[in-house]
Amino acid sequence: MKKAIITVVGKDTVGILAKTCTYLAAARINILDISQTVVQDYFNMMMIVDVSKCRKPFEDVASDLGELGLKMGLKIRCQKSEIFEKMHRV
Amino acid sequence: MINISEVLETNRMILEENLDVRTITMGISLLDCADASLKRTCDNIYAKLVRLAKNLVKTGDEIGREFGVPIVNKRISITPAAIVGSACCRKPADFVKIAKTLDRAAKRLGVNFIGGYSAVVSKGMTPADEMLIRSIPEAMATTERLCSSVNVGSTKTGIDMDAVRLMGEIIKETAERTKKNDSLGCAKLVVLCNAPDDNPFMAGAFHGVTEGDAVINVGVSGPGVVNYVLKNTCRGADFETLCETIKKTAFKITRVGQLVAQEASKRLGVPFGIIDLSLAPTPAVGDSVADILKEIGLEHPGAPGTTAALALLNDQVKKGGVMASSYVGGLSGAFIPVSEDQGMIDAVNAGALTIEKLEAMTCVCSVGLDMIAVPGSTSAATISGIIADEAAIGMVNQKTTAVRIIPVAGKRVGQTVEFGGLLGHAPIMKVSPFSCERMIARRGRIPAPIHSFKN
Repeated sequence: MKKAIITVVGKDTVGILAKTCTYLAAARINILDISQTVVQDYFNMMMIVDVSKCRKPFEDVASDLGELGLKMGLKIRCQKSEIFEKMHRV
Repeated sequence: MINISEVLETNRMILEENLDVRTITMGISLLDCADASLKRTCDNIYAKLVRLAKNLVKTGDEIGREFGVPIVNKRISITPAAIVGSACCRKPADFVKIAKTLDRAAKRLGVNFIGGYSAVVSKGMTPADEMLIRSIPEAMATTERLCSSVNVGSTKTGIDMDAVRLMGEIIKETAERTKKNDSLGCAKLVVLCNAPDDNPFMAGAFHGVTEGDAVINVGVSGPGVVNYVLKNTCRGADFETLCETIKKTAFKITRVGQLVAQEASKRLGVPFGIIDLSLAPTPAVGDSVADILKEIGLEHPGAPGTTAALALLNDQVKKGGVMASSYVGGLSGAFIPVSEDQGMIDAVNAGALTIEKLEAMTCVCSVGLDMIAVPGSTSAATISGIIADEAAIGMVNQKTTAVRIIPVAGKRVGQTVEFGGLLGHAPIMKVSPFSCERMIARRGRIPAPIHSFKN
C-alpha cells in the first residue's frame, strides 16, 4: 500500500468533501480515514488515502488537487505519508 | 496512525515557519579525471559531472513536490581542484580553465553552486596548491556559480601561516577583481580550519579524498521552526524545558532531511553520505538564528549571554539531530552569518554585535566569521590576522572554523552592501585599526597544539 495524506484548509463551504472525493474516486484513490475540525470557521480536513491503484503520476494528483482547491478557494495539499511518519514517529 | 494535529504541525512548519531542505549536494570525485593534458582533464571533468548529476535537479524537484517540502538548492561538490589539476596545470591561468569548465557544467546541470575549487594546505602548499590559490581572484571574477575554499590548518597539523598570509592577499585581490558586484567574489570564497570532507553547504563544500566516487549529502534548515516553538511554548520556561523543546524540534527537522536524503540516494543510485544538522538562516523574515537568540532572552545577539545562549542552542540541535539521522556529518550546528540573517543585520545596525563578539560566538557554534562585510581599506595583513584567529580557535578546540569576509572595494563603515538572493545584504562592520603586520610577515607554520592539559 502506498499511502498519502491529503489536507484541505480554508473557509468552510458546502461540497468540499464531495468535490474532493469525486476526484479521488475518478483517479482510483481509496480513502482509508478522514478526520476534520473546524476552527473559527476554518475547515481543516485530513484524509489518509491509498494511491497504489492510481494510474496517474503522484505529482499530477498533487497538482490536480491543488488546482481543485484553488477553484473552491481552499488549500489542498497531497503529500506522501512518509514525511509525517518520519517526523512524528521514532 | 498519523493524526490531524501532527499533519497540521508539519504543514505549518513548511508553510509558515520556513522549514525546508536547504540543499541536496552531490559529492563527486574527480580523481579519475586527472590527466597530463589540461584539455583532456577539462573534458573528463565535464563529462563525469554531466553523467553523474544529470538528474540531480529534476530528482530534487520531484521529491520536493511529492513530499510537499521545498528543496531549495541542488548543488555539487568536487574533489579539491588543486589535486585534480596538479598533473596538468603549469600556471594559475591553467586552473582558471578548470574553473570555467566547472562553471559551464554547473550551468548545464542547473545547479546553483558548485564547490570544490579548493586547496587543502593545512601543513604546506604544493606548487599546484599555490597556483590554484593564486588563480582564485581570476576564477571568481570569470565564473558565476563556482565556490572556492582553502583549508589552512587543522588540529593535527597546526596552521600553515604562509597560506594564511597568502589568503589575506587573495581575498583583497578577489574583492578588487569583483568590485563591480560589491566584491561578490569574496562571498563565494571561504578559508577554513579542520574542514570536513563531507560538507554540503557552500561556500566551503568539497568532496574530500576520504569519500567514495559519488555521494549524496543533505543540509537541513529550520531556524524559523525552532523560533516559533520557543515563542509559543517556552516563554519564561526553565532551561530544562527550553533545551528539551529545541532538541525535539531539531529531531523533527532532521527527520525530514533524512527522508529526503534517502529518497534522493535511492532515485539517483548514489550512496547516502550524511545529514548536516545545521540551522541555516536566510535573509527572509522568520528564518533567523538571531531571532532564536532573542527568544531565549537577549535584546540583540551580541549582548552579554550571547555565547552561552548560542552554545545551548548549538548543543541541543546536535543532540536532537543525531538521534534523527543514521549518519551525521558536515558542519552540523547553528550558522551565524551576518548578511544572510536579518536579526544579525539588525544587531550590527543597533551597535550590539561586533566582529570581536562574533569571534567569541564562533567558539561554540558551527563554522565561524561568516558573510561579514568590512571596509575596502582593510589591509591584507589584517584579514590574515582575522583568519589566523579563527583558525586558532578551530585548531585548539578541535572544531571546524572558517572566515568568509568581504572587504568591499570602495565602501566604508556605515554603508551597506547588497549581494542579493540567499547571500543577503550587510552593513560594513568596523575592524580593529591596530596592526598585526609584523606577525603575519613571519614565515612558516604554527605547530599543532598539545592534546592534553586542557585548560
